[in-house]
Amino acid sequence: METVSRHYRIPLPALAAATLALVMVALAFVFFVAPNDAVLGFSQRIFYFHVSIAFTAYACFGAGAWKALRHLWKRDPRADLESYVAVHQGVIFGVLVLITGSIWAKYTWGHWWVWSEDELVLFLVLFLFYAAYFMLRFSVDPGPQRANFSAVYALFGVVLVPVSFLAIRLAKTFLHPVIFTRHGANIGGWMLVTYCLTQPAVLLLAYTLYRVELAGKSIDARLRELRLA
Amino acid sequence: MTYAADVGALARKDLLLELRARDTLPAMLLFVVATFVVFHFALPAHSSQLAASGLLWVAILFTALLGLGRAFVPEREQRVLDGLVLAPCDRSAIWLAKSIATLAFLGAAELVALPVFALFFHGIGGATVAGVVLADLGICAVGTFLGAMAVVTRARDLLLPLLFLPLAIPIVVGGVGATVAGSPGRYLAFLALYDALFGVLCWASFEYVVTE
Repeated sequence: METVSRHYRIPLPALAAATLALVMVALAFVFFVAPNDAVLGFSQRIFYFHVSIAFTAYACFGAGAWKALRHLWKRDPRADLESYVAVHQGVIFGVLVLITGSIWAKYTWGHWWVWSEDELVLFLVLFLFYAAYFMLRFSVDPGPQRANFSAVYALFGVVLVPVSFLAIRLAKTFLHPVIFTRHGANIGGWMLVTYCLTQPAVLLLAYTLYRVELAGKSIDARLRELRLA
Repeated sequence: MTYAADVGALARKDLLLELRARDTLPAMLLFVVATFVVFHFALPAHSSQLAASGLLWVAILFTALLGLGRAFVPEREQRVLDGLVLAPCDRSAIWLAKSIATLAFLGAAELVALPVFALFFHGIGGATVAGVVLADLGICAVGTFLGAMAVVTRARDLLLPLLFLPLAIPIVVGGVGATVAGSPGRYLAFLALYDALFGVLCWASFEYVVTE
């Protein structure tokens, strides 16, 4: 299977520069423009990162599953590597969700881990699931079989996300009554503007990292082929 | 041959193999009873009945894993899978037949395990039995599918629990909910939803697991 790399319209250096600029602007808004939260104070600012990163992780898993579907359905020769890189980025951002969520929980409720926070628990389940994805992938020799296994497992992931979310909501009714409630999502004004900046900034950052990793992995695969030839 | 006849023939082959060799079912039975005994000593005195109910589901899951790990071993050792893939039948029939066979083993193990649980810990109600039946469908559908993947990897037996446990968390939630909640209806419905979703997904994608 010969490696073919996709031709992208935006070159990587330009993309990286744009990402850097947007991330800088977003950081400036988070720390200097957004007002302090009335109840949680300064620590609420981690919310901008936490929510943006969580959404980005879902987007990465979704992209990984989409590429997996492309591999199985259209036999797109680039899709396997792209699916793997997207899932890899998803796991990196997923771990960041766990870390930022943990910090947030510590400052809000005084504990590093709270089982009552649905999203944190969901990301823990997803982390375990996608960690097994890597175990599976690296336990099979490179080739069509590995590509198929990875693709099928990545597709299981997108079904698991809503099912697990539902399960975690259901489990709450018998595991622990709701004690902590997140104070209403009544963000407005500069808070909303800040969030509307951090979300695309983190998404763009993920996309840039995806492109960087993909470029590296493609060169690596091409080099292997040349060595074998 | 029709699809149903293919599935029937393949499932009968597995049941016949088990009847003659008896590798899997006795191991599952011994394992589940031994697990209950371990749980008796793991639960401190005066711990609530609810804790034992939760452990029932752990025992079911691990017993199922024991059977699922063995499910595709004959296919691997005798290279039967190559032959099955070459046979002019729909590939999903291989998965369906194997799921039916593992379901039969798991069901047989539970026919002994549930009364033993009732004897050792406390009685179980109709909702628990319904939950076990629905959970078994999901466990066998997903577990067989993942077992087919795990058996051809280098890690083999090591990999199946890692692949399966994150996917089994919703089953445990539905099962434990059906056992301990006052109104088990929604948990049973959730288990049925899980079975339907993952059943269709496994059925549709098994082809890619056995072919290149």
